[in-house]
Amino acid sequence: MQRIGSAFRRVKKETKVDYATYLGVIIAFIVMSVLQAQGSLSRSVSGMLVPICCYVCMAVSLNLTVGILGELSLGHAGFMSVGAFSGVITAMSLQASVPNELLRMIIALLVGAFFAAVVGFIVGVPVLRLRGDYLAIVTLAFGEIIKDLINCLLVGWDENGLHIALNIDGTKSIDSLGLSENGIEIVKGAQGIAGNSRIATFTMGFVLVMITLIVVLNLIRSRAGRAIMAIRDNRIAAESVGINITKYKLIAFVTSASLAGAAGALFGLNYSSVSAAQFDFNTSILVLVYVVLGGLGKIWGSIVATVVLYVLPEALRQYADYRMLLYAIILILVMLLTNNPTLRSAISTLKEKIGGGEKSEGGAGK
Amino acid sequence: MEFLSYLITGISLGSIYAIIALGYTMVYGIAKMLNFAHGDVIMVGGYVAFYATSFASSSLLGEDPSTAATVLATIAAVVLAMIVCTVLGVVIEGLAYRPLRQAGSLAVLITAIGVSYFLQNAAQLLFGANPKNFTPVVSGQLTFFDGQLRITNVALLTVVACIIIMVALTAFTSKGKMGKAMRACSEDRGAAQLMGINVNATISLTFAIGSALAAIAGVLMCSYSPVLKPTTGSMPGIKAFTAAVFGGIGSIPGAFLGGILLGIIESLAQAYISTQLSNAILFAVLIIVLLVKPSGLLGKMAPEKV
Repeated sequence: MQRIGSAFRRVKKETKVDYATYLGVIIAFIVMSVLQAQGSLSRSVSGMLVPICCYVCMAVSLNLTVGILGELSLGHAGFMSVGAFSGVITAMSLQASVPNELLRMIIALLVGAFFAAVVGFIVGVPVLRLRGDYLAIVTLAFGEIIKDLINCLLVGWDENGLHIALNIDGTKSIDSLGLSENGIEIVKGAQGIAGNSRIATFTMGFVLVMITLIVVLNLIRSRAGRAIMAIRDNRIAAESVGINITKYKLIAFVTSASLAGAAGALFGLNYSSVSAAQFDFNTSILVLVYVVLGGLGKIWGSIVATVVLYVLPEALRQYADYRMLLYAIILILVMLLTNNPTLRSAISTLKEKIGGGEKSEGGAGK
Repeated sequence: MEFLSYLITGISLGSIYAIIALGYTMVYGIAKMLNFAHGDVIMVGGYVAFYATSFASSSLLGEDPSTAATVLATIAAVVLAMIVCTVLGVVIEGLAYRPLRQAGSLAVLITAIGVSYFLQNAAQLLFGANPKNFTPVVSGQLTFFDGQLRITNVALLTVVACIIIMVALTAFTSKGKMGKAMRACSEDRGAAQLMGINVNATISLTFAIGSALAAIAGVLMCSYSPVLKPTTGSMPGIKAFTAAVFGGIGSIPGAFLGGILLGIIESLAQAYISTQLSNAILFAVLIIVLLVKPSGLLGKMAPEKV
């Protein structure tokens, strides 16, 4: 027993936090599953489970870009969109050949992650040369481009395989794909996807969150992760000790994109209809807000912030007219409270008086 | 001839972007922050002008108002919109951005996004989500070449207003004490403060000017496409920001050039390539320009000190 105790003390604080994060997610999953099995969850709550898992993955993966790599991305929803559409197209095309829903879902998630990673790579190579606000605006532009392209996309499936067309001049419709009689119309331009079979499950959401956590936390604590954080803290110093800036930036960016793609695929599979407008600039901002309020670089913070901030507007639904206003005010106040030096020192003195001098942690905390 | 009319549409659309972009670029140049709420100040300006003109036409002006009275009412409405937006801009800066002067740029950006959400939702509560039909401030058009080429008076007014604003701003920042203070703040805020410049007052003034420009842009934009909703300002805001980056953020002629070019690209892309993809083409051009010239068309590349 003593040996375990001393072994526990020797574990680094970071590692403890990481294991606590895993444990917290597992406990939350078990509690929610038990409640769901007993039928004590209302329809609206159980409907929120899968989207929450998706947004947790989105927030954790964006935290990798913004918090760990230190580059502001305003187009994270673009990767989610790529993942959602490629994943759902895969799932709908495989409906006949892969009857097993679980297998189909896993394939769809992998395809979503793959395509998002490819797009992340294509975007990342040129874009990561830019810095600061310019990078932010280019990621924003990229998100809008993805949205517009998907709005023009026409995809159908029949025995001959996938039929893909881009409705560039506005004259084409789903009929111009020339599908055979028993073909399926998958993506219909701006209307998006309709008639998708909803195969996403909470268990899969949990597994995806765990995979995201394992990938991101292990990356952060690895040699590559330390290099990435060195680039964030001082790019020039990092470069001068021989860290390959482009390589490590790309590692972080592409990992982040592919996780967002998998989250998007699961998100798409949770709804019967999906459209590109769901993944617009506002979605990117929403996820960014989760990350910043949860604390930059703090993975568990992103998880908690996502759950709270996703549930909060739903809980305030009865005040539907005022809830977004309230949300905006809370956002501004939290930013002021956590970032204004005068207010922050006032809070920490207050904390010391109450808590008997326990050290307060700086930065944006939840 | 067709090409010419698309070009003119583009230039007038671009002038609107340029006016908004001037506000963005001034705030960025001096406060070093992206004011995401700028687009929503435009929307507020549009609403104020809308209510002012409809109030004037329903209760102040009679059944058959004279032209002079209508013109006067319109000017009064625009001035009122400018005053409201100026006050709004200064209040936003004082309440939300000033406490974060020392904080990181990301914190300020998120706060600006919060302000943007706040303005949109407050507008939705106050004015309703239903789109309002804005009456253009000027009507009529000029025709050339037997009606083959039409230029609306709104387009002319927009271009003229944009050029006047650009020249006035350039003159203001290059001459005079306040302009000098602004340039000093954008160069080095700490040093400016040491030289006795009131940095907070200068930044407030910048926000006031930017917001007044946003009000003008709001009125012109709503005259151009007369639908007014709480989200009216967000897309033009993003595009104008793009224009400011395109031309080199922080540079006044850059914002003008970027705005005009963006308008022309959008108009031509809509006419000749694809209506659906016009935004995508616009943003793609932006990305290419930034990759070739990372500081924008007229931006200065700041050397990096180690």
